[in-house]
Amino acid sequence: MRSQFVFSEIWIGLRRNLTMTMALVVVVAISLSLLGTGFLFVKQVDRARSFWQGKVEMSVYFCIKSSPNPVCEQDGPATAADKTELQQRLESMPQVQFAVYRSQQENFASFREEFSNEPSLVKNTPNGSIPDSLEVKLKNPEADYNIVASAVYGAAGVDTVVNEMTILDKFYKLLEGARNAVVIIAVILLVAAILLVANTIRLSAFNRRRETSIMRLVGASNFYIQLPFLLEGTIAGLIGWAIAAVLLVAVKSLWLDTLNQYFSFNIGLSAGDLLEVIFLLMLVGVLLCGATSFLTLRRYLRI
Amino acid sequence: MIQFDNVTKVYPNQSRPALENVNLSVEKGEFVFLVGSSGAGKSTFLRLVLKEERPTDGRIHVAGRDLARLTNWKVPYLRRRIGCVFQDFRLLPNKNVYQNVAFALEVIGKHRRFIKKVVPEVIDLVGLEGKYDRMPDELSGGEQQRVAMARAFVNRPMILLADEPTGNIDPATSIGIMKVLDRINRTGTTVVMATHDAAIVDSMRKRVIELEYGKVVRDQSRGVYGQAY
Repeated sequence: MRSQFVFSEIWIGLRRNLTMTMALVVVVAISLSLLGTGFLFVKQVDRARSFWQGKVEMSVYFCIKSSPNPVCEQDGPATAADKTELQQRLESMPQVQFAVYRSQQENFASFREEFSNEPSLVKNTPNGSIPDSLEVKLKNPEADYNIVASAVYGAAGVDTVVNEMTILDKFYKLLEGARNAVVIIAVILLVAAILLVANTIRLSAFNRRRETSIMRLVGASNFYIQLPFLLEGTIAGLIGWAIAAVLLVAVKSLWLDTLNQYFSFNIGLSAGDLLEVIFLLMLVGVLLCGATSFLTLRRYLRI
Repeated sequence: MIQFDNVTKVYPNQSRPALENVNLSVEKGEFVFLVGSSGAGKSTFLRLVLKEERPTDGRIHVAGRDLARLTNWKVPYLRRRIGCVFQDFRLLPNKNVYQNVAFALEVIGKHRRFIKKVVPEVIDLVGLEGKYDRMPDELSGGEQQRVAMARAFVNRPMILLADEPTGNIDPATSIGIMKVLDRINRTGTTVVMATHDAAIVDSMRKRVIELEYGKVVRDQSRGVYGQAY
């Protein structure tokens, strides 16, 4: 039947320029995997940001019995009056959105949840060693942090003031740097892939010029003449994509997940994220190869 | 079937027109020889019929259709009704006789069953029974041309155009080729053949149209090759 004919022509075409087709597949595979890795990094950063979005920027920890800070040892644990006074003072500041008190039990529970990746740490931290705190959310974290912090330092009963933002700055910078590098290389490789598709199709059209001229003579429709070449380019692209998908699964499980372990927080990407990226890559790959094949044919195939 | 009205064709970068003010018509079922020295315009004529070239001036009608009005995507359908045979055979070297003829049907989307039925018939018609499996380089020039004719005829075209089909073939074998063409013509197919072969033209006594420097100088039914020597 006709589809059988088209497929046999495609197969003949692919075999004739086997080396070029293989080069095409390899370049598409590498460029798509790099692009996919870039996408994964983008998703990772987004995931991290949204995890911390709702969190407060400043945590003011009070002195408790077991605080190692010399100031706390001298003045003793914070009194209820100290805590209330500080809370009211903070809430009256225009830069502060709210200041919420969290008890020792609450802090201990969330400590256990956030460090769920490190069971040995959790086991060795007894109940009662995590102080209570005031969780302060600022209206303009970047601008006002220092102002508010200086108001809190040295106040009675305060052990430490923790800048929750700095923990993540390094993480963001690392990921964003990696993402930028990967995306730049991916774009360069995609340009190479486009050129290779164009060249492969052009070579294919040249190799098959005898068949093509007879097809034209005999009255084959333009679509029928172009179809094997278009499919050739797209199929090679799809094979490249499949390889890229496998490589991405490896990247995620070997690299990103291990990276996440270092940070102790559970903000890893899910399988759903991976599938989304793989699907996006398929669209990119097919569109790229298909469009390039089509445009090259218009230029080099006489109709 | 073929109608040329005041057709002129000038190729770009050439001062002299390839065809000038050609007026002629070929009826259905006719057998026409197109004679003239090299460069007289014979190949140009055939290419205009196929719409491989467009006339600089004038109108061409093929099978009642005005070629100027034919859109680009309809041209393939016109070409399916016209068969072509060339001096250099133009067979596909890596397909055998059967596959070469079947190719013409496959690319226009005919079903396998249809192809299996029709291709052997037409290969037998041109006198190559039993040679379905041969590759083109295993065939003589005359046999290769027969394969080309089988391919041109397999879709039962209305018109068969032949551009110097006996050009690469010895005189004795040419007679066999012409017999096939005659057989094809008897089925009702209009045949237009451009040729230098004086002996063939003289022996067959069909309509002869002579071209000289792009102009029609003679149009004779039952003609001979004449002074074009």
